Amino acid sequence: MLDAANTTDVQAETLLEVNNIEVIYNHVILVLKGVSLNVPKGGITALLGGNGAGKTTTLKAISNLLHSERGEVTKGSVRYRGKDVHELDPADLVRQGVIQVMEGRHCFEHLTVEENLLTGAYTRSDGGANIQQDLEMVYSYFPRLKERRKSQAGYTSGGEQQMVAMGRALMSRPETILLDEPSMGLAPQLVEQIFEIVKSINENEGVTFLLAEQNTNVALRYAHYGYILESGRIVMDGPAAELRENPDVKEFYLGMSEEGRKSFRDVRSYRRRKRWLS
Amino acid sequence: MPEQLVFAMEVTLNGLMAGVLYALVALGFVLIYKASGIFNYAQGVMALFAAMTLVGIMNGQVPFSHLINAILGTEIHHFGWHLPGIVGIILTVAVMVLFAWMVQQFVMRHLVGQEPIILFMATIGLAYFLEGVSDLMWGSEIKKLDVGLPQGINLLIDETTFNIFGYGFFIDNLDIVATVIAALLVASLVIFSQYTKQGRAMRAVADDHQAALSVGISLNFIWVLVWSVAGFVALVAGIMWGTKSGVQFSLSLIALKALPVLMLGGFTSIPGAIVGGLIIGVGEKLFEFAIGPMVGGATENWFAYVLALLFLVFRPQGLFGEKIIERV
Repeated sequence: MLDAANTTDVQAETLLEVNNIEVIYNHVILVLKGVSLNVPKGGITALLGGNGAGKTTTLKAISNLLHSERGEVTKGSVRYRGKDVHELDPADLVRQGVIQVMEGRHCFEHLTVEENLLTGAYTRSDGGANIQQDLEMVYSYFPRLKERRKSQAGYTSGGEQQMVAMGRALMSRPETILLDEPSMGLAPQLVEQIFEIVKSINENEGVTFLLAEQNTNVALRYAHYGYILESGRIVMDGPAAELRENPDVKEFYLGMSEEGRKSFRDVRSYRRRKRWLS
Repeated sequence: MPEQLVFAMEVTLNGLMAGVLYALVALGFVLIYKASGIFNYAQGVMALFAAMTLVGIMNGQVPFSHLINAILGTEIHHFGWHLPGIVGIILTVAVMVLFAWMVQQFVMRHLVGQEPIILFMATIGLAYFLEGVSDLMWGSEIKKLDVGLPQGINLLIDETTFNIFGYGFFIDNLDIVATVIAALLVASLVIFSQYTKQGRAMRAVADDHQAALSVGISLNFIWVLVWSVAGFVALVAGIMWGTKSGVQFSLSLIALKALPVLMLGGFTSIPGAIVGGLIIGVGEKLFEFAIGPMVGGATENWFAYVLALLFLVFRPQGLFGEKIIERV
């Protein structure tokens, strides 16, 4: 189990390249202070960090959803397959194979589960038969959704909504899914289940994942590579297996240390000191 | 059969027909509200604008002729053609689509993500702007609109009812046509929004802008689409009301009649707009017929609002409005 996640080819082609981006909201609030990361094709890359670290902003900067929130990339560049995506709108990106699953699910509440999934195929023009086929493919990953296909999405449970959001993204036949905080508000058992599905989609469909997650423990078990984000900066990165063994990560993010569990207050002050030093 | 009952039946029928016309106006509100959460104050003025444009195009009037003549010192008023109704309608639809695009391009696009109240204020501005433009473009005199719809008493109904009750009902042909057209319009709108890709996208946008963006739906396109459809509905309402009572500025006030319809039927429901319109139409006619004489008449002016007020107290989402889904 521990090593299963560490078998990616190091030579894999880089799909997504984020170069030193800076993001400012409302012209004044500096949220990202130079974030760089690479997402290799076919891998699961995790973006870790606490609340307000800038994970969601990073993903939205990539998918160009920042505009509608008055955010702006002021420095740096985002390249997908070597091409700058800064000028593209989200619809163009979806057509190029990059789709984001937003934090907090964001289902279309008044649409049925199946209609939700079909909206994912909005940008496709390869015919109804293919779309029907992919609908069955999504149902094979999420059998629960097939049972609830006729229910209004707003009345389904949190876990089901997360599945709807992921299935909807899958319906666009993406190459890369930017998955924001899939574990949010879900029971631990369900979180495990969701990550298992991510893993099987990654392996069977060859979909590349960039995954923003607070739950470091689970994320590092399923990801191949990890970046740790703190206050808008990448403070550490490495293969997931290495990060799992790193004493700092263990202490700050996994809640373990040489001397056993620490009190939360100590961890906080330690982290703050560490941040000033870095 | 007692005479009073026969009268009541005629009043009810007429109420249903009037209700259809209210419903037509309410429909335009519902469409935009559903898709963008905007209460479009300009809907009534859009009906006016559409009707004026239709008359203008059919009569070959030169748009902005007063302005052009004042500036250039020319004396042009007419292109000198008279177009049949159907050509005029097609051209007016094109104008309404252009208008929708302009609203999106110059107003709504810049207000993405703003509070609903700000969007509402923008539509108030739009209403007055459009009212001024219609005036400038086509002149402010009352115009007669005739696209070839049948008008006057329906003799068949008159005779049949006379044979049965000994009293012939007065039902206007125009009202019957309006009912049929409204039914067709609603049926096609429902089919469009429930079973087509763009219709689904429209409902998706209504639910969650951000999520719609994230799956690659272009908000710009959907909003132009919605405003175009609302423009089309406004045109239909404008034709019906314009044919009935002439194209004049009071046409924009029919929007006020649509408000209680919306409160009754729910702001988000197309069937609600229809049923709400019918209830208000029948309700106010029957009320005027039964209670009116006791209180000195003119109840039609306020009955709808009182009914709407009662609904706000006991069922704020309206008869068919979407319940607000909120998981805790």
